[in-house]
Amino acid sequence: MANPASSEAYVRFDGVQKSYDGVNLVVKDLNVDIPRGEFLTMLGPSGSGKTTSLMMLAGFETATHGDIFLNGRSINNVAPHKRGIGMVFQNYALFPHMTVAENLAFPLQVRKMGKAEVEEKVQRALDMVELGEFGNRRPAQLSGGQQQRVAVARALVFEPDLVLMDEPLGALDKNLREQMQYEIKHIHDRLGVTVVYVTHDQSEALTMSNRIAVFEDGRIQQLAPPTELYEKPENAFVAQFIGENNKLSGKVDALADGICEVVLDSGERVKALDINTDGAGTATTLSLRPERVFLNPAEGQCQNVFSGKAEEVIYLGDHIRVRMNVCGHDDFIVKVPNSSDKKGLAEGDTIPVGWSIDDCRALDA
Amino acid sequence: MAITVDSTGDLSPEEQKRLKGDLSRSLRQKKIRAILLVAPLVAFILVTFIFPIGNMLVRSVDNPQVHTYMPNVTEALKSWDGQELPDETIYAALAKDLIEGRKAKTIGKAATRLNYEKSGMRSLITGTARKHKKIVAPYKESLIGIKKKWGDIDTWKIIKKTGSPVTGSFFINAFDMVESPDGEISFAPEKQQIYLKLFWRTVWMSLLITFMTVLLGYPVSFLLASLPMKTANILMILVLLPFWTSLLVRTSSWIALLQTEGILNDLLVWLGVISNEARVQMIYNAIGTVVAMTHILLPFMILPLYSVMKTVPPSYVRAARSLGATNWTAFWRVYVPQTVPGVSAGAILVFILSIGYYITPALVGGESGRFIGNMIAYHMQKSLNWGLAAALGVMLLVMVLAIFALYSRVVGDNKVKLG
Repeated sequence: MANPASSEAYVRFDGVQKSYDGVNLVVKDLNVDIPRGEFLTMLGPSGSGKTTSLMMLAGFETATHGDIFLNGRSINNVAPHKRGIGMVFQNYALFPHMTVAENLAFPLQVRKMGKAEVEEKVQRALDMVELGEFGNRRPAQLSGGQQQRVAVARALVFEPDLVLMDEPLGALDKNLREQMQYEIKHIHDRLGVTVVYVTHDQSEALTMSNRIAVFEDGRIQQLAPPTELYEKPENAFVAQFIGENNKLSGKVDALADGICEVVLDSGERVKALDINTDGAGTATTLSLRPERVFLNPAEGQCQNVFSGKAEEVIYLGDHIRVRMNVCGHDDFIVKVPNSSDKKGLAEGDTIPVGWSIDDCRALDA
Repeated sequence: MAITVDSTGDLSPEEQKRLKGDLSRSLRQKKIRAILLVAPLVAFILVTFIFPIGNMLVRSVDNPQVHTYMPNVTEALKSWDGQELPDETIYAALAKDLIEGRKAKTIGKAATRLNYEKSGMRSLITGTARKHKKIVAPYKESLIGIKKKWGDIDTWKIIKKTGSPVTGSFFINAFDMVESPDGEISFAPEKQQIYLKLFWRTVWMSLLITFMTVLLGYPVSFLLASLPMKTANILMILVLLPFWTSLLVRTSSWIALLQTEGILNDLLVWLGVISNEARVQMIYNAIGTVVAMTHILLPFMILPLYSVMKTVPPSYVRAARSLGATNWTAFWRVYVPQTVPGVSAGAILVFILSIGYYITPALVGGESGRFIGNMIAYHMQKSLNWGLAAALGVMLLVMVLAIFALYSRVVGDNKVKLG
């Protein structure tokens, strides 16, 4: 099965499937190539198959079909402890009966490393996560963020080339989570290890990753760098899952030069980029980011202009969020930057709203 | 009056005092309710546990019989120096006690008590009392005339010694020692030593049973904890089945299984493992006790083990595996240490239950599988030597407490967990 292209990929999922009960597939035909040094995030709602995929890579679940290659070698039949993959677990899984230093020494001891070398590496790993003084503490005596850092240090102390992280920041509060995102990202940049990261938090994925694989229903819906994922979603699920999104459903009327005209259910005609439609006469969903909608657009600024009624105005400091009724949808969100020249918009006002063709994507229904 | 807080936020000492008063008043209702909730249990334990244990402690040194039922001679003997036979006044006091005791039908109790010290004392006293008509002055001559033993100085030493209201003789007995009439304490002859041997046997067999329950219970609990809830519940019922069948039914089925003409021996003979002549004695001895008690006490090991294992997340072992540990290393260095509290709780439960067990050893233990509990029961029910039973009970209690103290020193109380 060794494909010539696999020499490029450090980790390779090749047609991998997984079923737990022999009836339903949890992972359906997974194909990913992960080059060395990449930070790849598997993002998706719970039950989408992302954690199962990670567990198959770690060796705790076996694929019912397909191969997983690590460094060009199939690891389907390699036991977890022989894969040399570092892993950070959701609840950290720090051994409670060992001190922090003992936790870090564990992977080195099972590799029969000399005592002096173990001590040196443990100290270096602790210093790396700025916990140099905490070696003698028990995990229970550390705060959540400190435990998290120990878990990261433990996964890295034996210098694996690949580190897996299974929602490692899920138990932390918001501020700490953001701080840890940067720390993990910096460690990745500094060490150059390959990281496969699982999360259901899209802002986490956008912050840290080189590429994001959006999982849904056991399949990768889109695999792309963060900007592309947000700016150019390829299907309705990704558009809806990543960031905030206005959804307008309708029917494709005409197609020309990658631009289609869509008749909305309420009768209006909208011009949009033809990204993922099945041709004229088929149903489609238009995706439009709230910050790309303009209120009172200048003449010629937008190809699509409609009238909207402000239903709800929420002041959020850096921007103002307006829920409007546009084209028969009363959940149409517009984000207005809070700039000094903007006049206040009151609830009940009716004003023109518009957007350009480039910001409006026609996707699958 | 509300407590005023000044700008610094500190309270003056008087104010702190008032605040404490306010706090305790607001908590009083809660306290009263808590006390009322536990009161019935406390009363119950006081009556059925604390009081009997206190009673046992007292009984192990209490020695009222001779003191109460032979008051005159006990009093008279106080001034006796024990060098030679007592004088007439003491014999007269004895005669008075014997005659009065016979009338009141209480002399037998004193006689029984004296018999614990030296066999033959009962027949000496009751026999003499029966011939009360012959007891006439001068009493010394007349009593020695009835029973020659009244002329033996040791007899008098025993009465004097046993006349004291508090005695250590039950404990001396319980330690397999004897006290000579002169008060010298020494070990009883080898063949008469029973209790220390029994204590030792009780301890090591209890340890063996505890070890067996760990050995058998650990894998079962491990399986139970790793299975899905539904399957685990069904298996748990099987584990608890011994709890739901009567102890006697279980014990008799062990007899049916293990006896020389029993199922297991038949099977072994049929398989040709042993010959028909060399059937193995597996019951009415130590093997029987260990097998039956391991079976009976196994749930007490499995339940705490299971509930502790249930709380160990599988991610620990996974983490260890991902860090490079083999299955065995991950199990031994990561999983097992986290189940130690469960093993501890189970081991203490099983050990303490088995060290005081008595019905099963009595039924299947025979001679070599008998526990100290059986001896205590014997003295309670058969020989009616409650003092000795109490002394043995106190020794058992002290031993269990000592083991528990040692254990909590070595393992630590906080390492005991029931889930």
